[in-house]
Amino acid sequence: MSKIVSKEQFSANVVKLEVEAPLIARSRKAGHFVIVRLGEKGERIPLTIAGADIEKGTITLVIQAVGESSQKICALNVGDEITDLVGPLGQATHVEKVGTVVCAGGGVGVAPLMPIVEAFHKAGNRVIVVLAARTKELVILEEQMRAHSDEVIVMTDDGSQGTQGLVTDGIESVIKREKVDLCVTIGPAIMMKFVAALTKKYEIPTVSSLNTIMVDGTGMCGACRVSVGGKTKFVCVDGPEFDAHQVDFDEMIMRLGAYRDLEKK
Amino acid sequence: MTTAELIAARRAEPWREALRKSKKNKERTDIPRVKMNELDAAYRSRVRKEEVNLGLTAEQALVEAQRCLDCVNPTCMEGCPVNINIPSFIKHIEVGEFLDAARVLKETSALPAVCGRVCPQEKQCESLCIHTKMKKEAVAIGYLERFAADYERESGNISVPEIEQPNGIKIAVVGSGPAGLSFAGDMAKQGYTVTVFEALHQIGGVLKYGIPEFRLPNAIVDVEIEGLRQMGVQFISNCIIGKTISYEDLHEEGFKGIFVASGAGLPNFMNIPGENLVGVMSSNEYLTRVNLMDAADPESDTPVLQGKRVAVIGGGNTAMDSVRTARRLGAERAMIVYRRSEEEMPARLEEVKHAKEEGIEFLTLHNPIEYLGDASGRVQQMRLQKMELGEADASGRRRPVPVEGAVETIEVDEVIVSVGVSPNPLIPSAFQGLEVTKWGTVVVNQETMQSAIPDVYAGGDIVRGGATVILAMGDGRKAAAAMHAHLKKA
Repeated sequence: MSKIVSKEQFSANVVKLEVEAPLIARSRKAGHFVIVRLGEKGERIPLTIAGADIEKGTITLVIQAVGESSQKICALNVGDEITDLVGPLGQATHVEKVGTVVCAGGGVGVAPLMPIVEAFHKAGNRVIVVLAARTKELVILEEQMRAHSDEVIVMTDDGSQGTQGLVTDGIESVIKREKVDLCVTIGPAIMMKFVAALTKKYEIPTVSSLNTIMVDGTGMCGACRVSVGGKTKFVCVDGPEFDAHQVDFDEMIMRLGAYRDLEKK
Repeated sequence: MTTAELIAARRAEPWREALRKSKKNKERTDIPRVKMNELDAAYRSRVRKEEVNLGLTAEQALVEAQRCLDCVNPTCMEGCPVNINIPSFIKHIEVGEFLDAARVLKETSALPAVCGRVCPQEKQCESLCIHTKMKKEAVAIGYLERFAADYERESGNISVPEIEQPNGIKIAVVGSGPAGLSFAGDMAKQGYTVTVFEALHQIGGVLKYGIPEFRLPNAIVDVEIEGLRQMGVQFISNCIIGKTISYEDLHEEGFKGIFVASGAGLPNFMNIPGENLVGVMSSNEYLTRVNLMDAADPESDTPVLQGKRVAVIGGGNTAMDSVRTARRLGAERAMIVYRRSEEEMPARLEEVKHAKEEGIEFLTLHNPIEYLGDASGRVQQMRLQKMELGEADASGRRRPVPVEGAVETIEVDEVIVSVGVSPNPLIPSAFQGLEVTKWGTVVVNQETMQSAIPDVYAGGDIVRGGATVILAMGDGRKAAAAMHAHLKKA
C-alpha cells in the first residue's frame, strides 16, 4: 500500500498526486514509469513518474481522468492509499549534451515531460519547451517548466493563452528560427504522429514516449507491443521511448482502440 | 540419515511389514487403477472456475493405495524431481492415516496440492512405477498426492513442518513461482530468514497468472503459500529486483545468498504479417487477464476480448489452457492450430483429452502464415499453410514441412499465440557478471545451481527455458541443499 501525501488539482480533469514510495523515489530516473492498481478488482495501469523527492520518499504522478480507473485514482484524497504500486519500469531517457532540445508536450503528456526537461537542462542543453493544450484552463506546469528551461512556448487551440495553434506550429516556429538538435515529444498518439512527421521533414532526430495499453509492465505479456522500424518491440521493457521516425503510429492508434467498446460499458 | 537409509528405516517399521504381508502382491496388482471423477464436459465447458478433476473419494484412495507394492527399491521416487517418499505417504493412506500422509509429502514438497494437480506424472514418478514394468497401469501417485493434500487442507489441521533454530542468516529469493517457493520452504526449514521478492501484486507466479482455475484454483495455491508464511517466509510483492532494488542493495541489506527464480515470462511471437492486429495476443496476456486480473468477471476493471471464433496457436499445456479458457468465455468455435501432428504435441494427454471432450477443434499440421483484419484493425481471418511431416530433426521429432500451394483461410475474431516463452531479460541484465546463454537462460552448475556469481544461485525456467512446475521445484530444492552446504562451510 502506498499512501497519498499531497494532492493538487491541476485542471478540471488533471490531478497531481504525491505518493509514498521511498524505494522507487531512490531508483527512478527521467523517463521511467510505474504500474498502479486500485482495489482488489482494480486493473493495472501505467503512469509516468513526473518527479520524485528522495528525502521525503515520494514520487509524483500526474493523472488525467479519461476512463474508469483514472477517474478512481483522480478521486483519491490525501491519506488514501494506492493498493499496488510497482516500479520504476522501462528504460530511462537517454540524456546527454546535444545542443538545442525542443521538448513538446500535449495534454497530460506535459507531466512526464517535466523530469526529461529537467534532466536535459541539467546536462547543459539549451531547452525550449512547447506546451500545448485545447484551452488556457488546461495548460499545466508552465511555471515549473520555465524554472528548468530556457524558453517556454504555450500553444492553445483557441488562442486563450500564448499563441493560437497546434503543438506542431510551436515546434516549427522554433525550427525556422534556430538549429534544433533533438526533439522529445510526449502526448496523445495522434499528436506524436504529427510531431514526428514534421521533424522528419526537417531531419531532426526525435524521440517519443509511447503510451500503449499495458498489463504487467515487465515484458511478460506483449499487450504493449508496437512496430518500430518494422520490428515488434515491447514498450514496457524496450521503451517507453523510441525513435519517433521509426514508430508505426497508425498501428499504435489502432491497438489503443482495442478495448474501446468494453470501456464504454 | 541419507535418503536411502530413511526409505529403508521407514519400510522396516513393523506396521509397514504387517501391511505388506496383509495382501499378496498379485492381489494388489490385480486391482484396476482408479478413475478420476470429473465434471461433466458439457457443463464444465460453460463454467469458468469449477475444477474439472474432482479428486478421489476416501474410499477410492484407500483402494488405490493398496495397489502400491511398497518396493524395496522404489524407482518411482527417482522419477520425482523433489524426491517425495512415495511408498511412505501411500502406505499411510492405505491404513487411513491421511494426515500423516500429508506430513510425509511436506517433508520434500512445499506445494503438494499443486503438484498433485499439475505435474505430468505419466512422464515422471508414474512412468517408473513397478506396475508399468509388468505392463499394468501405474499406481495413481499424482491422484493420491492430491488426495492427501486436499484432505489435510479441508480437515483444518494443517501441519507446519519442523523448523531448525533460526540461524540469523538472511536469504533473498527473486520470484515467487514454483522454483522460488520450493527453495524458500527448504531454506526456512533449515533456519534461514527468507524473503521472497515478487514483481506482480500476487504471490505464486505462473500458478496464479498462468494455470487456470479449472485446473488449479488460486485459493489452493494461497493455502500452500500461507503454509510457507507460517514457516516464517516473508513475501514482498510489487518489488522488482534490478529495478526497485538492485543486487547491490540486497548485499547492503545483508543478504548472504540469492536465489534467482524469475522464470521465462517473455512470450514468443511468430513475426508474421498481421500479428499486431487487435484481437491477436500472447497466451501470457490472455491468461494473465483472465486468471490474475479476473477479467471475465463483470466486477473486474480489467477488460478481456471475448471471441466467438478463437484460434490458439501451439500444442503445449499453455495452448490447452488458453483454448479451454476461450471456450469457457463463450467461444462457439475454439481451435488448436498446431504445425505438427497430435503425436508430437507436448501437452499432457489428459489436457488434450479434456479439451476434446469440451468441444475443442484440433487443426493439426496447420501453420498460420498471415492474419487479416477489418477496417477497425480487429483480426478477421487467418491464413493457414497445411503441413506434412518430413525427416526427423535433431530432437528426434519429424519436422513439419509446408505442402506447396495448400493454403486455407479461416474466419477468426481472436487469435492467441502460444508458441513458447523465453527468459525475461530484465533480471539477468541487472546482475553484473552473470553468465547467460544465447537463449537468455542463466548458466549454472547443474549439480549445485550456482551461477557465475558465487552467492547467486538460479533455478526453474530462468535456467531451463519454458519447462514444468515440478522441474522448477526440483531446482529449488537442489539449490537450497547446495546453498546450505556452501554457507555452512563458510
